Amino acid sequence: MAALKTEIIIETRALCYSYAGAEEVPPAVAGIDLKVSRGEYLALLGVNGSGKTTLLKLLNALLIPSQGEVLVKGISTVEAERVQLVRQACGMIFQNPDNQIVATTVEEDIAFGLENMALPAAEIRRRVDQVAGRLGLTHLLRQPPHLLSGGEKQRTAIAGILAMQPACILMDEPTAMLDPAGRRDVLETVKELNKTEALAVVHVTHNPAEAAEANRIVVLEQGRIVADGKPGEILTDLKLLHGLKLQGTVAAELAHLLRQRGLNLPTAILQNRELVESLCISEPVS
Amino acid sequence: MSGGISLGHYLPGNSFFHQLNPRIKVPSLVIILATLFAVTSFPALLTMIVLVFLMFRLARVPFRYLLKGLRPILYIALFALFIFLFFTKGGVVLFRLGPLTVESAGLWQGLFVITRLVTLVLFSLLLTLTTTPLSLTHGLGYFLKPLGRIGLPTEEVVMIMAIAMRFIPTLIEESQRLMRAQVSRGADFESGSIFRKAKNLVPLIVPLFVSAFRRADELAMAMEARGYRLGAKRTRLHEDVITATDWAVLLVVLVMLAASFYFKL
Ligand SMILES: Nc1ncnc2c1ncn2[C@@H]1O[C@H](COP(=O)(O)OP(=O)(O)OP(=O)(O)O)[C@@H](O)[C@H]1O
Ligand SMILES: [Mg+2]
Repeated sequence: MAALKTEIIIETRALCYSYAGAEEVPPAVAGIDLKVSRGEYLALLGVNGSGKTTLLKLLNALLIPSQGEVLVKGISTVEAERVQLVRQACGMIFQNPDNQIVATTVEEDIAFGLENMALPAAEIRRRVDQVAGRLGLTHLLRQPPHLLSGGEKQRTAIAGILAMQPACILMDEPTAMLDPAGRRDVLETVKELNKTEALAVVHVTHNPAEAAEANRIVVLEQGRIVADGKPGEILTDLKLLHGLKLQGTVAAELAHLLRQRGLNLPTAILQNRELVESLCISEPVS
Repeated sequence: MSGGISLGHYLPGNSFFHQLNPRIKVPSLVIILATLFAVTSFPALLTMIVLVFLMFRLARVPFRYLLKGLRPILYIALFALFIFLFFTKGGVVLFRLGPLTVESAGLWQGLFVITRLVTLVLFSLLLTLTTTPLSLTHGLGYFLKPLGRIGLPTEEVVMIMAIAMRFIPTLIEESQRLMRAQVSRGADFESGSIFRKAKNLVPLIVPLFVSAFRRADELAMAMEARGYRLGAKRTRLHEDVITATDWAVLLVVLVMLAASFYFKL
């Protein structure tokens, strides 16, 4: 059991990547050593252009390393003939829900990856129904994608990945184009899968509140890892975050301002609830 | 409003007709259309109409879909009726308007022709209402397969058509949004000469193209991430198995065609 818990799904070694035609600028990914284990929920933070998307594409073999290597379940992404295994083990969700739905109905879209795996029709049917039931999409199976809400589209995309039975799901700002309801919808779905199926998650986000939901946060700057730790450590370290032009959660930022005004608050405040509780202790209601 | 755009007006359902194999449905429609052209008597035509209405009942298609489907041919039908009324002579004179007369042969023929037209459209409508554009494409793709032997990538062509269908509603929505944005900045798409109108469309078409190319790029990435490879063997969720029911349907329509010829209905 313990051995299973620490099974490494993704490992990168001295990973570098420069875009073609951009050799004179610093590489987009500049020497990253990262391990992602089974069941881990990792949030990737970093300002625009820090290399988050590039890193994710490297993990899914959409890009091939310029130097170093990426191992997904022990398979290097440069092994062209085994690339399908990498993509099956490591699914990717993109930011724009509209541009990743291929088929004209939800069920056919969920089936797309399985069709590419050349599974028999009966097996595809079984997996599509199972995953749709799991993600609450059963009543939408015959719907065309343009009639879905943003959250439903992203859940369809997640279902399409999940049906391929991956070990890890990579998400590049999956909620950036959604309304608050859709955002909650997607996050809860992913968190649930992470908990119950031990699905590893790598979640790129600009939203500190979303990052706070992870078990681990990795911060990138100019293609390098500059911080790696628990959300409680990273998101409350405002000196670090501000230095990187990032922000902590609302509660952490507010606690920081209140402390500057002389209020005696602990430094480990991350969530709104924690802030409220500390405030109510430090200023007992009369 | 724009949420209602759908291509080929497919109506989701689970009826007998929804479940027929498109590889059978498409040739069956062709045979039925041939039968429609073969029949020359009103009773036979009326039988066909009754048949198509029964089929719509069986497919559980609400009546308003029929009206909606027939609307595009309204003017053609009226025009055809008009031509027949005034220009086909024979029988008794029913009506006189100056030098023009309406004679009974014209009335009958006009009615016959538009009834035939309506029936024809209704049968076609039944196909598109009960078949997803995608399976329709796959059905048609099957008949294109022989072209694969002369080097045409038919599988890929079907994929391209399927993706086009997937994105048409999205692009229509987008163009409507762009149009509203331009109108709110004072653009005018309604008035002026045809050249002016064309010129006014440029600020619409350029961003639409830019966004379509960006979409294509992202979609290609998403497809690749899900293991799509050109030329690789794929299977399908909706495998085209032709069942006994499918063959039976084909047989029935063939018998109908044969009967209409044999008995000169
Ligand atoms: N296709 C490309 N060609 C050349 N350079 C690129 C390309 N895509 C990204 N870059 C560059 O690589 C660097 C990293 O970009 P990347 O998209 O990985 O950043 P990111 O962290 O995902 O940013 P964002 O938060 O804006 O999504 C940037 O400097 C960017 O300009
Ligand atoms: Mg990015």
